[in-house]
Amino acid sequence: MSPFSSTTTETARGAAGAVPRRSGSASRLLARLVSALPWRPVLGMLAFLVLLETLPHSGLVNPRYLPPLDRMLTALANQAGSSGFWDALGATLRGSAIGLAIAMAAGVVVGVALGSSRVLCELTTSTVEFFRPIPAVALIPVMVLVIGPNATSTVVLVAYASFWQVLIQVIYGVQDTDPVAYETAASFRFSRLRTLRSVVWPSALPYVWTGLRLASTMALIVEITGELVIRSPGIGRQIALAQSADQVDNLYALVIVAGLIGVIGNVVVRRLEAKTLHWHPSVTGVER
Amino acid sequence: MSIIRRGIFLVALPLVLVVLWWLATRQDTSFYWPSPHRVWDAFVQTWTPAEIRQDVLPSVVRFVLGFLLATVLGIGLGVAIGCYRGLREAIEPVLEFLRAVPPPVMIPVIILFAGIGDGMKVLVIFFGCLWPVLLNTVEGVRAIDPVLRDSARSYGFGPYCRLRRLILPAASPRILAGARQSMSLGIILMVISEMFAASNGIGFTIIQFQQTFAIPEMWGGIILLGLVGLVSAVLFHLAQTHILRWYHGFLRSQRKA
Amino acid sequence: MKVAQTMTDGRAEMSSSSGGTMLDLVGVQKTYAGKRSFEAIRDVTLSVRAGEFVCIVGPSGAGKTTLLRSIAGLQSISGGEVRLEGSRVDGPPEGMAVVFQEYARSLFPWMTVRQNIALPLKQKGLSRHDIDANVAEALEAVGLSEDHDSYPWQLSGGMQQRVAIARAVAYEPKVLLMDEPFAAVDAQTRADLEDLVLALWKRLGVTVIFVTHDIDESVYLGQRVIVLSNSPTEPLEDLAVDLPSERDQLTTRMLPRFAELRAHVYGQIQASKAGARPGDVQP
Repeated sequence: MSPFSSTTTETARGAAGAVPRRSGSASRLLARLVSALPWRPVLGMLAFLVLLETLPHSGLVNPRYLPPLDRMLTALANQAGSSGFWDALGATLRGSAIGLAIAMAAGVVVGVALGSSRVLCELTTSTVEFFRPIPAVALIPVMVLVIGPNATSTVVLVAYASFWQVLIQVIYGVQDTDPVAYETAASFRFSRLRTLRSVVWPSALPYVWTGLRLASTMALIVEITGELVIRSPGIGRQIALAQSADQVDNLYALVIVAGLIGVIGNVVVRRLEAKTLHWHPSVTGVER
Repeated sequence: MSIIRRGIFLVALPLVLVVLWWLATRQDTSFYWPSPHRVWDAFVQTWTPAEIRQDVLPSVVRFVLGFLLATVLGIGLGVAIGCYRGLREAIEPVLEFLRAVPPPVMIPVIILFAGIGDGMKVLVIFFGCLWPVLLNTVEGVRAIDPVLRDSARSYGFGPYCRLRRLILPAASPRILAGARQSMSLGIILMVISEMFAASNGIGFTIIQFQQTFAIPEMWGGIILLGLVGLVSAVLFHLAQTHILRWYHGFLRSQRKA
Repeated sequence: MKVAQTMTDGRAEMSSSSGGTMLDLVGVQKTYAGKRSFEAIRDVTLSVRAGEFVCIVGPSGAGKTTLLRSIAGLQSISGGEVRLEGSRVDGPPEGMAVVFQEYARSLFPWMTVRQNIALPLKQKGLSRHDIDANVAEALEAVGLSEDHDSYPWQLSGGMQQRVAIARAVAYEPKVLLMDEPFAAVDAQTRADLEDLVLALWKRLGVTVIFVTHDIDESVYLGQRVIVLSNSPTEPLEDLAVDLPSERDQLTTRMLPRFAELRAHVYGQIQASKAGARPGDVQP
């Protein structure tokens, strides 16, 4: 007797006092479960994992360069057992978060200021467009000299790089406010601050979230880059160490960890975005 | 009149900043923050045509190669995946994971395969630039207006015609947004890969200056990098304006409706 | 464009060419599969002769658009057959052109008006010369010769719909399918567009199937009005419109016969909304 049928029998008996068609309700439940399962994505992921496992074993790909999945996962499990790994993970998350927070705060403030004043915006456009393409990584040598090869340098770089992502999006968002909304606020004699708070900010919110999403991706990249190049503590440094010690399995395990951080971060930001923006008519979503 | 006004606005703040910089470094004692004219001198002396050919050209070539490869493959794969719903649903989670891996992390991995030469750098740039284009293309193809699709179908457009006249133009705003992202990413990866292991290139030169404490030259190199980024941004903007010349008017008319 | 031939014969041509069957719907049925299967169209059987102007009306949600899309081959049907001049319709057949309700979204925004109209003709394989000729004639027929180099989104709603009509007409289809084309257009523009469609129909001798929810429009335009029941859709009544073929916005709509027909159709629609099925006793 399958577990399903016994349960349904008991509850149904208790409720209706009659014996139901056990197999009918059980198979219906199973069918519902199967159809609810997103089998295509699951199949896709399974296929990918199978590929990762079999390609190196088969010899099509040199296992020295791409170890099979089970070796990667074993290394990952070993890492999870060592405290050094968790310290490194914490350092990476901390660095990204602090840099991102600074960037968000500064980006929103400056972005709102520049976005709401056409004069200010025009004055600063050339400067912004000049500094913006300077990759944060180009400033690594400067940071190393001035602050030193430590976590602070990395955080400063993270903040610098993420700042531009936030700034651009916030400026767009503020500038994109519907003129009709402005006129409505004016007809109700809203003060400047009130207009900003009740009209401009909600309208710019999707852009702010886009900025946050782009900035968080950038933050992770720059944080890890800093750890790779400057060797400040974190997952990036662990990766560099694994590479110089030729520990290929560990290397891939840490790469997986970095990917997972990225994915989870993405998912978290998107969930929060969906929650806070559930009232907003969907924006076209074209990222600029 | 407005051109003059625009010109003034363009240079006003930068001029002010340069003046402030000059004032702040008038003592000329700070080691790490040299005065403007020292940086200028170093800049002009360093980046001679010969130097540009030796260091800037390889960097730019690697970047362009990696970026173009990623764009072509990203669009090609993206269209294929975007057109088939089943394939898209199956593959999307894997793509999202691969995209979430911070590209610099792949440098040590790619070094395993490709050593530390030019190939490695192009591969690194390619790997980083691929995902924004690919995923944006998939999304752009998926989001094509069903009424447009129906129009194309009802008038019997063949697959090649649909690709050229419907799919690519309709997805082009999204594709270009992805390409813009990947361009910035590509420049970053170009520099990082050179800082990691190189014998020439802009990033390599900057690191060399830093290690030999040639500070004004180092700053000159950073400014050059900014200029490279600026030029590529301008070129991209020009290309985008041309390709999407219909798009802004179209968006505006949608807004009004 | 084969205009001259029909114009010389005018209405005589109309009545004599209305001999052959152009479109046949035999037991068309459409059920949407899924968690809860939904029968959209139960059983539609009707014939349309060549050169006829048929209007299809029904309450909202009656499946008018589903029916039109099935005829156009844009949608597969679960049972029965759609036949165009005897051959079965599997996918969008050559010889049919559709004018959609959402005109703005049916025109390609990255192409000019002229390019939009020319593209289906290129697909058809016409020579460059023929394409240019057809495009010019179509634009002239809808009154947009001046705007051929504009982008669709630069034009007003009514003009955009004219472009969509020009595109359909330049294609020289045998059957012109129009899916509530004037629903999203203001009343004055709608009157102009209605007359435009009538003029084009007379000029080209094309078979027109016109789906609308506007009762007045259906009586004004059609030679036949088919009233659909509520879903699952079946034809409730097939009404012949015996108004003079010269239609005019003012005079025709003031005719007593117009009012009678209109009232009758209105009554049918109300009955349809109330759940009337074919075969029920009609007042």
